[in-house]
Amino acid sequence: MSRRVFITGVGVVAPGGVGRDNYWDLLTQGRTATRRLSLCDPEPFRSQVAAEVDFDAEAAGLTEPQAKELDRAAQFALVAAREAIVDSGWAGTSPPERTGVIVGSAVGATTKLEEVYRQVSKDGVLWDVIPDAPTELYSYFVPSSFAGEIARDAQVTGQSGVVSTGCTSGIDAVGTAWELVQDGVLDSVICGATDAPISPITVACFDTIKATSTYNDTPESASRPFDVTRGGFVLGEGSAMFVIESEESVERRGARVYGEITGYASRCNAYHMTGLKDDGRELAEAVTAALFQSKMDPHELDYVNAHGSGTKQNDRHETAALKVSLGEAAHHVPISSIKSMIGHSLGAIGSLEIAACALALRHNMIPPTANLTRPDPELDLDYVPVHARSRRTDRVLTTGSGFGGFQSAMVLADPEKSS
Amino acid sequence: MTANISGIDIISPLGLSREEHWKAVLDGYSGLAPTRSFDSTTYDNPISGEVHTFTPEGLPRRLLPATDRMTQMSLVAAAGAFDDSEIDLGRLDPFDIGVLTASTAGGYAFGQKELQNLWSKGPKYVSTHQSYAWFYAVNTGQISIRHGSQGHSGVIVADDAGGLDAIAFAARRLRRGSKVVLTGAVDSTMCPWGRVAHASTGELSKSEDATTAYLPFDERANGWVNGEGGAHLVLQSTSDGRYGVIRGHGATIGEDRLSQAIRLALGRAELRPQDIDVVFADAAGTRAADQAEAEAIGEIFGRGSIPVTAPKAATGRMGCGTAALDVAMALLAIRDQTIPPTVNVEPDKSLGLNVCTTATRRRITNALVLARGIGGFNSALIVGA
Repeated sequence: MSRRVFITGVGVVAPGGVGRDNYWDLLTQGRTATRRLSLCDPEPFRSQVAAEVDFDAEAAGLTEPQAKELDRAAQFALVAAREAIVDSGWAGTSPPERTGVIVGSAVGATTKLEEVYRQVSKDGVLWDVIPDAPTELYSYFVPSSFAGEIARDAQVTGQSGVVSTGCTSGIDAVGTAWELVQDGVLDSVICGATDAPISPITVACFDTIKATSTYNDTPESASRPFDVTRGGFVLGEGSAMFVIESEESVERRGARVYGEITGYASRCNAYHMTGLKDDGRELAEAVTAALFQSKMDPHELDYVNAHGSGTKQNDRHETAALKVSLGEAAHHVPISSIKSMIGHSLGAIGSLEIAACALALRHNMIPPTANLTRPDPELDLDYVPVHARSRRTDRVLTTGSGFGGFQSAMVLADPEKSS
Repeated sequence: MTANISGIDIISPLGLSREEHWKAVLDGYSGLAPTRSFDSTTYDNPISGEVHTFTPEGLPRRLLPATDRMTQMSLVAAAGAFDDSEIDLGRLDPFDIGVLTASTAGGYAFGQKELQNLWSKGPKYVSTHQSYAWFYAVNTGQISIRHGSQGHSGVIVADDAGGLDAIAFAARRLRRGSKVVLTGAVDSTMCPWGRVAHASTGELSKSEDATTAYLPFDERANGWVNGEGGAHLVLQSTSDGRYGVIRGHGATIGEDRLSQAIRLALGRAELRPQDIDVVFADAAGTRAADQAEAEAIGEIFGRGSIPVTAPKAATGRMGCGTAALDVAMALLAIRDQTIPPTVNVEPDKSLGLNVCTTATRRRITNALVLARGIGGFNSALIVGA
């Protein structure tokens, strides 16, 4: 059994604003949400820029205990999931046991873990940390609590869990959910990804490997994918959650859809935990497989939402992968990196990029690559610099690449226009 | 496409290999003992199931400072499982080989060390390996690099239930075209910071006596013991998997949804309750959770009829590694037609379970493995001959 699967609801918490509409405005206006790091003291760090969410948990609808006890990443996901459910009109229309929750996250509840660690270790003085931790600690320790929280909130009881494949988690979580619906295990899934990694330990671990941008004096233009001056990614945070449903469920409800997920594939480079080979072969393989499942030729693509992290290595790797997988079409299709505006939110970003793709399908508009003013002569594709482009958008590809060697690709299509 | 199991390796407090572990289990040994890897006198939970004899033999030296103990144990077990499968990976397309593991809390002891470096000394003292040595995807990534596997891979987190879910997702990969998938989970959080996290549940045993610390389905049940280890399994799409096959899986979320997960697994396996010969229980080791599991088993199989075992009473709970180890033992039970015992336990008769407290010869064609995770995760997996 392989059933068709559609996105019917989108919810977003992202740098620059809470909510899907704010998000789309930011992206299509080409505004950047990167700024001087403020969620922790920037002074000790090499990279002092971040893409942060101005987030008030209670104003976003969470209760006081939720605002106090849940990790910031769990809060983001819960708020985004609620927006997606309202958007889809799905609530209560499907049996609870036929709906699950699949959440992607690269680093889980790091912020709360670090907060509790500081208390019980007395700021790193004690190795034998004091056994006086809040009862919520276990929910920070194991990030499957994110899925549990949403399942309870939405009152669903079908198969649920967290997918954690580093920076491709956001694509892989939605891809995993897509497979569960295709295979008939579930009829609908509340899926997507979340991360809130802007906490000293995570800032430090990217600092030490010089992966993050040091444009500390110009934070608003610190994320420069595909630009010759690019100098690393800007750490971000956020969540995008979706409701995805089987064709039967969509038809029964007469639901409005953003798009159909027509293909998803993932490969491993089996090369290095953080390094990438220049040839992009494994990412190319994932793209080719996702297009094959979609029964789509590369020249039919209207938009490629690139991983485009803005590291020297990634943008070379990805450009090579697109040339291999798309052939001549790579030179004609518009490609952009929204990380130029909202930074790189690790596991969450794949879902934020799927959200951008779903909104591009609906609005026939392609978000730009901000800050791309000095193109890298080595990178010779159309990266949609600075300004959004209005264009009929029926078929889109999004790609992801991450630590651990994971390379993932997903294809979405507007069913009304493509079939 | 059936998922055939062609390779297994185990690492546990009872042994560094599949057969060493299995013999110790059948002989009724326990690997629980006072904690040695850190000073546990600060804590109310002094007993652990530690792998005292593990050394990362055979791993390249450069990997050692870059990996948590959990990953080192996982790499050794993964190599053992691939060896056991006798599959010549070099003859396969690397894109046809995948790795799909479960994780619970990542490389947690590594994380504690680097948190201490950060907060006691400063950012410059944080390891260059921290970004990937702690994160949940580390074992899958490192195994794929070590064995050159480039196929569709993944990482599932669903607390202890994730150990079963990952194996079910691995079977799905075979149905979707992969030829070989290394799965299962090996886990360790054996450090003070890990102990405090487990203890925060309030369900960790406070017993100072290793023989009474983890007594699932016993009137004296007083919580569980934290262990380390697990199992890796090699699944393949061709039919010469000598240990058996994955027959069906069901998962749900929510309290009181375990019996529904069992029904889903039976339905997908196209089996009736009477086709199951033994249940490897989740065996949480608290009175309330044991009672709930006994009710779910009774609801499906009837009171006191089907043999139930919890060999994890001899190893402690090792996060998502626990369920993977149970699946490995279920397959060995089928191979040797012997149910492994639940050591130290005097079953509470009021639960209405037929708990095997000694190794029991029995005809076994299909075994059901159950796992639950904190937060309401329920998972059921059926393996068969």
